[in-house]
Amino acid sequence: MGKYLKTSDTDWYKQRLIKVMICVAGAFFILLLRLFYLQVIQGQELRRLSENNCIRLQSTDPSRGMIFDRNGTLLVDNRPAFDLRIILKDAKPVDRTIEKLAKLIDVPVSELMKKLKHGKGVSSYKPILLKQDIGRDALAAVEVRKFDLPGIVVNVKARRHYINRQSAAHLIGYLSEINSDELKSGKYPECKGGDFIGKFGVEKVFEPFLKGKRGGRQVEVNVMGQVVKVLKTVDAQPGQNIYLTIDHILQEKAEALLEDVAGAVVAMDPETGNILVMASSPSFDQNAFVDGMSHKQWRSLISNPLRPMANKAIQGEYPPASTFKIITAIAGLEEGVIDGNTTMHCPGYYKYGNRIYRCWRRGGHGSVNILKALSQSCDVFFYQVGQKLGVDKLAFYAKACGLGSATGINLDNEAGGLIPTAAWKKRRTGIAWQGGETLSVAIGQGYDLATPLQMLVLTSALANGGTRYKPLILKSVKTVDGDIVIQNKRQVIGKLPASKKTLAIVKKGLWEVVHNPKGTGRISYIKGIDISGKTGTAQVVGRKNNPDLSEKDLPDHFKAHAWFVAYAPSVDPQIAVAVLVEHGEHGSSAAAPIAREIIRTYLEKDKYNGA
Amino acid sequence: MFDRRFVQYFDWGLLGLILLIGLLGLVTLYSAVTSATPTPQKTLYFKQMIWYCAGMTGMVFSFSINYKSLYRWSPAIYAVCILLLIYVLIMGKYIGGARRWLILGPVSIQPSELIKIAVIISLARYYSKHANPRGFTLSELLTPFMLTIIPFVLIVKQPDLGTAMVLVLIAGAMTVFVKIERRSLLCIITVCTITGPLVWFLLKGYQKKRILTFINPDRDPLGAGYHIIQSKIAIGSGMIFGKGFLKGTQNALSFLPEQHTDFIFSVLAEEWGFVGSVFILFLFLVLIIWGLNIAYKCRDPFGTILAVGATAMIFWQVFINVGMAMGLMPIVGVTLPFISYGGSSIVSIMICVGLLMSISMRRFLFE
Repeated sequence: MGKYLKTSDTDWYKQRLIKVMICVAGAFFILLLRLFYLQVIQGQELRRLSENNCIRLQSTDPSRGMIFDRNGTLLVDNRPAFDLRIILKDAKPVDRTIEKLAKLIDVPVSELMKKLKHGKGVSSYKPILLKQDIGRDALAAVEVRKFDLPGIVVNVKARRHYINRQSAAHLIGYLSEINSDELKSGKYPECKGGDFIGKFGVEKVFEPFLKGKRGGRQVEVNVMGQVVKVLKTVDAQPGQNIYLTIDHILQEKAEALLEDVAGAVVAMDPETGNILVMASSPSFDQNAFVDGMSHKQWRSLISNPLRPMANKAIQGEYPPASTFKIITAIAGLEEGVIDGNTTMHCPGYYKYGNRIYRCWRRGGHGSVNILKALSQSCDVFFYQVGQKLGVDKLAFYAKACGLGSATGINLDNEAGGLIPTAAWKKRRTGIAWQGGETLSVAIGQGYDLATPLQMLVLTSALANGGTRYKPLILKSVKTVDGDIVIQNKRQVIGKLPASKKTLAIVKKGLWEVVHNPKGTGRISYIKGIDISGKTGTAQVVGRKNNPDLSEKDLPDHFKAHAWFVAYAPSVDPQIAVAVLVEHGEHGSSAAAPIAREIIRTYLEKDKYNGA
Repeated sequence: MFDRRFVQYFDWGLLGLILLIGLLGLVTLYSAVTSATPTPQKTLYFKQMIWYCAGMTGMVFSFSINYKSLYRWSPAIYAVCILLLIYVLIMGKYIGGARRWLILGPVSIQPSELIKIAVIISLARYYSKHANPRGFTLSELLTPFMLTIIPFVLIVKQPDLGTAMVLVLIAGAMTVFVKIERRSLLCIITVCTITGPLVWFLLKGYQKKRILTFINPDRDPLGAGYHIIQSKIAIGSGMIFGKGFLKGTQNALSFLPEQHTDFIFSVLAEEWGFVGSVFILFLFLVLIIWGLNIAYKCRDPFGTILAVGATAMIFWQVFINVGMAMGLMPIVGVTLPFISYGGSSIVSIMICVGLLMSISMRRFLFE
């Protein structure tokens, strides 16, 4: 620093500063002119507008996208519902108006008054909801007497309508009014109180496609609050339509088969990962959530021991039981512990240390190779395979087959199941892994837990030659005009850790489960349809604790869960199914027939589609 | 070493002026926050008083340091402010859809307000060092361009379009003031007219839409368009003498959005009418001319350009805020100096005024 300007330089700045001052004065003159125009020239008119406060914003809700099945059968649409609202400012005298209204729509005055109190603190020009979804009769009465009811407005609002009561309720999910926590969370910036948002299932996950975009109008209203002039309109943009991968007819079939039991049925196309059926029983009525249910209804839903609100196909975690033997077989063959010809003797039990581990068949299976072990589900054979492999090898194969972690299906709250390792147990309980526990794990008992969907992805991979596809529920998203926004593509999530040779052996075993007269899944044999599968019977109470208790004597909730996983046809499979029936006792008797019917219905689909 | 001449040369007029504007601001804010239904936010009013005190401290601080030492310190000041900006982008608190707040215990500040001052000081340093009567050429303008564009991008990212725009306008005003060489000016204008449409074609549909709405709020009749109508109604309904203190109905019924920050001028115009609005605009005009006069009287180029920059900041905020409330400008979040609620805005404006005072009272002190 220290360098100061010569007089000539200062003059240069001074000249420029004078120009700046002139510009500033000019800018302020523009502001002044505008102020004069607004306050003096237009003042009178704008004062009038301000005194009536008559320019208002009304929002128009977009219509929510509809939901279809894979064949374009409509599953969910919207129906018109009429809501009554009151604008306090226009409804004077409020008490009389409310009284008249209460008489017309046959609702006690006190109920309406309660709603008014609820809306207290809201500006008097904002409509307060009095009654939702009045019937058509009440609507007619109100519309006729409208002149008598100042400040009462009827809004037509589209309401979600689930066409097939209780069908695919867990998959589709439901809409419900947004609650204050969700409003505050900032996740729904466009929502306001009273809006409906997807809370569960497809309705929640695909909310961004379905919801559309809110529009609105700027209107001028008269003293009665009635619209005199629409100043500006922004059209609401309807939501996009969603096509699911499920087959509605097959879905209803599955639900009918599950009607009297608790359980789940999931099926997919093994070549694409498209989910064809996802049924969970018991189900619930989605429309009840839209219409608003009482506290009592809600309590009974969530306290029901059969857990109707849980989607058992993806949230239910069960011991995979004998269906896990598929994995033990793959691991044994891959690790060279056994080969296609290895035979073992099954006397009906296996002695490990000083404990006896029983085979499900008391009499034993005699001489057993891998095919017989799979088709007759011999526990003793797999005890020995498991013991030779050790728990960590088993866990490695199970995880590579997709167990122990969520499949990544695009639905919320998918459970991951559990595959134990020695380190896991030590960490979790502080107790070292016991050799005997490996035997339980090898037949899918003990700590093993899997969801029906996980077992389905495994079965599909087996069926298609070893590729694990991500289970998909969204087939496509289309605009209202039918333009495709999103078309799903199959996604590989992994490969089964098995060679072609291993897969061929295991698949042969599963084929025998159904086709061998002694196979545990013989019941699902149908002439003309080539099904392969595996049964499972998941004990709820350990057999070792109650060795002499016959299954028939067990109370219902201690009875074993029944599994059946299957695919068909055995060559070029088109469908894979996983069925779980809670406390169904035997996979062969409770689950296999359900799978059989699903497969039959699907493979004969040309009949119903053609008709 | 207290110099008696500080008292003698202290710019008492400037102090009086801003105290008067500040007082009117508090009165208006009182109306804006108390008559709003359904929730009067009286606490805001007391918070604002505290902010005024903080602003005063900032002012005292900035006029008591010799502005000439800022010449030396400007790179450090600039660097610290940029770091703060980067910090809020990553760690800042997310309020109302933007990341612009830095939380320091009980107070939250916006580094984007402070960077305006840092840019003014840095540009003043550069321009005063290289000033010449022929004006600045393109290559000479590269440094000022970089000094401005870095914080600009960081602020746009927050996103805070209003502040980013004000920053560019301040920098632009300072650059035009020190003169751009004729050929370079032509060059800049040509490049802008050519690349403007090109950039437009590169933008995505929704981005175009956003810019169009920004220019013409009527395209968004439910958001910006509605606000502008309500603001115009509020201002116009004040007519010549206004509705009177606390009698504004547009504000009271919360028809006005952000009535205590961005749209405070509408509250003022509704309650005090044409007479009151002209008076407050007049006070602002006097303040700005006063600032330019300080530049006029200052005898070193750094001080002159610094004073021009500080005044430009006040000018642009007044012009944009008032213009926006009256529907002359796109709706952007720019506060009205001394009047809008908002701590960082008050503090940064007071620091600016402090700079002006510092330049003003040292005009005779040659050391």
